[in-house]
Amino acid sequence: MEKYYQPEIECASVEQIKAWQNEKIVKQVKHVYENVPYYRNLMEEKGVTPDDIKSVDDIYKLPFLTKADLRDAYPYGLLAKPLSDCVRIQSTSGTTGKRVVAFYTQHDVDLWEECCARAIVAVGGTEEDVCQVAYGYGLFTGGPGLNGGSHKVGCLTLPMSSGNTERQIDFMRDLRSTILCCTPSYAHYIGETLHEMGLSADDIHLKAGIFGAEPWTEEMRRNIEKMLGIKAYDIYGLTETSGPGVSFECSAQSGMHINEDHFYAEIIDPDTGEVLPEGEKGELVFTSLDKEAFPLLRYRTRDICILRREKCSCGRTHIKMCKPMGRSDDMLIIRGVNVFPSQIETVLLKEGYAANYQIVVDRVGSTDTFDVYVEVTEDQFSDTVRELTAMERKLADAMKTMLGINPKVHLVEPKSIVRSEGKAKRVIDNRKLHD
Amino acid sequence: MSLKQVSIFIENKTGSLRTVCQVLADGGVNLRALSIADTQDFGILRIIVENTEKAVEILKKNGYICKTNTVIAVEIPDRPGAMAEVMSVVSVPGVSIEYAYAFASHKENDSAYMIFRVSGYDKATEVLSAAGIPVLTKEELFAK
Repeated sequence: MEKYYQPEIECASVEQIKAWQNEKIVKQVKHVYENVPYYRNLMEEKGVTPDDIKSVDDIYKLPFLTKADLRDAYPYGLLAKPLSDCVRIQSTSGTTGKRVVAFYTQHDVDLWEECCARAIVAVGGTEEDVCQVAYGYGLFTGGPGLNGGSHKVGCLTLPMSSGNTERQIDFMRDLRSTILCCTPSYAHYIGETLHEMGLSADDIHLKAGIFGAEPWTEEMRRNIEKMLGIKAYDIYGLTETSGPGVSFECSAQSGMHINEDHFYAEIIDPDTGEVLPEGEKGELVFTSLDKEAFPLLRYRTRDICILRREKCSCGRTHIKMCKPMGRSDDMLIIRGVNVFPSQIETVLLKEGYAANYQIVVDRVGSTDTFDVYVEVTEDQFSDTVRELTAMERKLADAMKTMLGINPKVHLVEPKSIVRSEGKAKRVIDNRKLHD
Repeated sequence: MSLKQVSIFIENKTGSLRTVCQVLADGGVNLRALSIADTQDFGILRIIVENTEKAVEILKKNGYICKTNTVIAVEIPDRPGAMAEVMSVVSVPGVSIEYAYAFASHKENDSAYMIFRVSGYDKATEVLSAAGIPVLTKEELFAK
């Protein structure tokens, strides 16, 4: 028997959903226009006023926001409420130069946690469950989002944060956790550790897992389900729109229902910006319909995706998105952290290297490997091993500071990085993350 | 003339040593002495050749990164304790040995030769000379 956190919303008729959206968008555009000069300027440049937006069918008239806008407007430029009304800040995973800071009023926190609560109930969560949250806590939205959702459902919440895997398993066994929330790679790792400890799925009581914040494949889903003896569900979200819970998987396990009463989704052609019809592949764009403090309109996620509105066996009526199928920019997600090749380049130039490098990402077991190959230049070459290894270490440290994760740096001979048509291939991703 | 050594950056992968040696061979460069320092990722090939400038020119033309350093060469008699004596001479403040390698003479004079790369070059040559251990010039080394 399918359960819902808010059945009247989650199973509302499509006409009802549209009516809510139309009502909210008119108010939201007015709110943003009046309170966010940055966006008002963008609207004026495009010759659009709030009067032009009478329903979600007019959204296409609005200007897009991109990560570059968020950077330009950092930190307060897109804030639509006085700071005294805000109660929370979350931020993207420490990617200097591309950092995003999002603000929340209490209303925004509630809305976000409600979305996460819907996801938890969709996987069978009730007040009888013990929900182990092994996402990182802190600025990262994973831990706080699912933690809040778990509270709203009334689960007994285990705020473990990530890491210390044997302790995770001890708690999981002793306190009989039934739902696990973390990144898919960490779930996989917990499964491996369980088996290394000589235990199996029979020794734990998990029934479901909610896994997101990074790409994963169907094969990985099957492995996790087998190792932990659970059903594994996907969840999607981004700090810019609130965090996890923008969309979530239901019992059908075939795409994620977008919480359309809060987020309006579009698919656009990433090159022309033109809105594409339902069922076509393109870049996913979100508009926050009722967030107060940080209401982004037409935010380009850079995730390549397909939207489909079809009758779902779970009874929910909200539109479904597929797993993101790639990126329309060059962003990589390594161990859950967003990495842009340009950040590597910035470090190299700052440290006095030429920008001749190659990033190689792979996955060994459940862990991403992250190697950066850098061509040595005449000026830096020292003829002692000690100095060259110190150079590698210094570069790795500078990259760690910039990115928040540690790459392995390898110095290589000049011109040894493969160039095709004179242009070096900057990124080799061998993980095969998209089916 | 003081003795020069050429250090070449090479990646630690199959064939890279062969390739650089072939480049030098094709240029008619004779290797008088060599050593290799290696890590998992890369190696440093250090060579002593008669015409340093020519070797460097050939290497650079072939895209290699290399560096020329002044090193110290000493002749060491072929008997127990000879190396230890040299080491005790250079174990003075201001001198530290970055690395060293040995090669044998091709003449039958019972001697081996040590190449030292030191920090504190002047001090090192001074203490060696004072102890009666001659520091070989390039000409002397290649005449051996």
